[in-house]
Amino acid sequence: MSESEVALGHAAVMEEPAYALPPKKLTVWLFIISDSLTFGSILFAYGYLRVGSTNWSTPFQFPSILNGMIMTFVLLTSSLTMLGGVLAAKAGRKSVTVRWMGLTALLGLLFAALHLREWSHMIGEGWRLFQNPTGGSVQFGAAFFSITGLHLLHVVSGVIAILVVAIGFNRGRLTEGHVETTGLYWHFVDVVWMFVFPLVYLMNAAR
Amino acid sequence: MHEASAQPVVHRHAPPQGFIRKYVFSLDHKVIGLQYYGLALAAVFIGMVLSWLMRIHLGWPALPFPGLNKLSPNGAPGGLMTPEYYLSLMTMHGTIMVFFVLTNAPQAGFGNYFLPIQIGAEDMAFPRFNMMSFWVTFLAFVVLIAAFFVTDGPPISGWTAYAPLSAVGRDAGPGQALGQTLWGISIALFCIGQLLGSLNFISTTLDLRTRGMSLARMPYSTWAWFVTSVIGLLAFAVLLPACILLILDRVAGTSFFIPAGLVVSDKLQPHAGGSPLLWQHLFWFFGHPEVYIAILPSIGIVSHILPSFLRKNILGGARTVVGSLIAFGFLSYMVWGHHMFLSGMNPFSAILFSVPTLIITIPATIVVLLWLGSIYGAKIRFDSPALFCLGFISLFISGGISGFFLAQPSIDIQLHATYFVVAHFHLVMAVAAIFGIFAGTYFWAPKMFGRMMNETLAKWHFWLTFIGVYCIFMPMHYIGLAGNVRRYALFNDDYMIPMNPVHKFMTIAALATGAVQLIFLYNLFHTRFWGKKAPDNPWESTTLEWSTPSSPPPFDNFGGKYPVVYRSPYEFVEGGAADYVIQTSPVEVGTH
Repeated sequence: MSESEVALGHAAVMEEPAYALPPKKLTVWLFIISDSLTFGSILFAYGYLRVGSTNWSTPFQFPSILNGMIMTFVLLTSSLTMLGGVLAAKAGRKSVTVRWMGLTALLGLLFAALHLREWSHMIGEGWRLFQNPTGGSVQFGAAFFSITGLHLLHVVSGVIAILVVAIGFNRGRLTEGHVETTGLYWHFVDVVWMFVFPLVYLMNAAR
Repeated sequence: MHEASAQPVVHRHAPPQGFIRKYVFSLDHKVIGLQYYGLALAAVFIGMVLSWLMRIHLGWPALPFPGLNKLSPNGAPGGLMTPEYYLSLMTMHGTIMVFFVLTNAPQAGFGNYFLPIQIGAEDMAFPRFNMMSFWVTFLAFVVLIAAFFVTDGPPISGWTAYAPLSAVGRDAGPGQALGQTLWGISIALFCIGQLLGSLNFISTTLDLRTRGMSLARMPYSTWAWFVTSVIGLLAFAVLLPACILLILDRVAGTSFFIPAGLVVSDKLQPHAGGSPLLWQHLFWFFGHPEVYIAILPSIGIVSHILPSFLRKNILGGARTVVGSLIAFGFLSYMVWGHHMFLSGMNPFSAILFSVPTLIITIPATIVVLLWLGSIYGAKIRFDSPALFCLGFISLFISGGISGFFLAQPSIDIQLHATYFVVAHFHLVMAVAAIFGIFAGTYFWAPKMFGRMMNETLAKWHFWLTFIGVYCIFMPMHYIGLAGNVRRYALFNDDYMIPMNPVHKFMTIAALATGAVQLIFLYNLFHTRFWGKKAPDNPWESTTLEWSTPSSPPPFDNFGGKYPVVYRSPYEFVEGGAADYVIQTSPVEVGTH
């Protein structure tokens, strides 16, 4: 009996699912594929305009890059703690799961806080969606804020989802399947950052 | 053996109580399917009225339209349309028809209703997502229609919303302020609704098939809805950020699609660094798969309906038909540049798009030849669903042939943005898909409403519409070849004067064909409430939707029992009491 058949209470009445994945997990994978294309489109737009630009700025000095490296480390660690949560959930250890997931959410919030601090610093220097204080292409700000903003939106929604699922799992309303699919989404958010950081930060490091 | 009938069944949600739960915020895929269908019906009516206004203006440009000046004092002063007013009609006609009719009815309408039943499931995998996706789509429609009522009116940039016209704001013309922003919001919401729907369709098809319903035994319509969902999942994921970037350009001062130094209406635009070509790439990377999303469900529906009226399976069987559907889906992502042959792109890159475009004619030709080969020598039952399927095939061929010409950049230089293109996409996509929707309606009405539609009215509807649409769209090929440009409100050049009688003819045909649709509307509503009661399987078909214990099917589709499937769909036999074998029948008979 597959997970999905048990989950739906229809053991032995249904065909084996095509990918041996329960519906919720399959759906999260499909969402990830779809969201990858969304991020891909916006990164394509950035690349297209950057290649075509004659006055692209590369404003990120070492402190910005260091900040980005710290943010990367924080997010990668949060994926590790999320994995801890998933393993604990599979072992049925509720309080341990909640602790791991709580730590993940905290690291996610730390990432968001570091990000927003950097944003406010840049805004203070005069960067906007439509303004470049160094006199270079105004599209730098547009690309930077829209890409990192979209990613930040995914981080914040992920943090909320992690907290909701952690509480729900603790109360017995949600299963380890939910923890696993939340983990899947969180790892995706991390993978996207592994593209955003090199393409947006490292490629625009000051020469 | 029928262990299934002895199994206890766990319903995932209880039968709904109360009017709101049953008919408004319903979780039942059948109700949601009909809601989508109803939305498409409202949308097609609005889209048709817009096209009538356009056609009357094109046929009689100097004739004041009575009452129009009261409706739109700025857009049609004295009853004469300004060019911008015409363009706004054209934009809304395209947007409403492509998104809210063609992407809606065949996929979300019939797909929602029949996909779970055809695979033996009691509902979609995620009924709440399903409900959400309908209401998000409905909200998108309301936001779009709101554009008609804002001060400046609806946008004028076409359903393709090319930058920089769509991105610079009010300087570009009336409708380009709030109207265009509402358009962007509406389409972004529509993308979300579609993405939710795709997730649902794919999970349901892969995970909820009943015992015996292997992927190979799914009906062609189910396969088409599945492949379309996969295409949609990827395509709408690209349109969503494109619309968001467009909205940012319009309200947040970014310049994704606006280059430096652009002067519009004598005003230098405060933007720099963007590219109108970027919009075209993003839009058409979505836009080309979108037109396959519009047509593939109808291809599946027609392939599904035909065997019941030919009393044999489609030539080539599941492998060839499904293989063609998958080839369509895969290739649809490689051809977007054929909309951009005249955008200034490198002519060598045009070849990179022209070749896959010509290759995609292969699966299209295969399905057409399979249909024609199946029809040859068959004892056809000429009921209305069959007539509309035959009409579909005719329109698909007629519209498809012009595609071979447009696929070649050298010829496209002459034909791009002429009425030749308008003829092509209306015949091959718009009208063909409408015929697919009609075929599905007449075929499945007995199951959805438990009543038979009036065959005499149906046949009048078919013949008058069939002749009518050819009268409207065939002449467009000729005037297009002669150089009649599309998206123009007025044709003042000398060479255009001889073409005006053709425009008048097409207008009369359009109005007449539109009036004929009243026959269908009357038939549909009369049947729904007062039609003759239908037997459970009036067309003697073989797939699971005809095995439900009642018409319309009960709340959980199969009345507490899960069907078990023993055979492939479309098995028709010689001899015996009946010439067909339903999928749930375990009895061994001689098959051919």
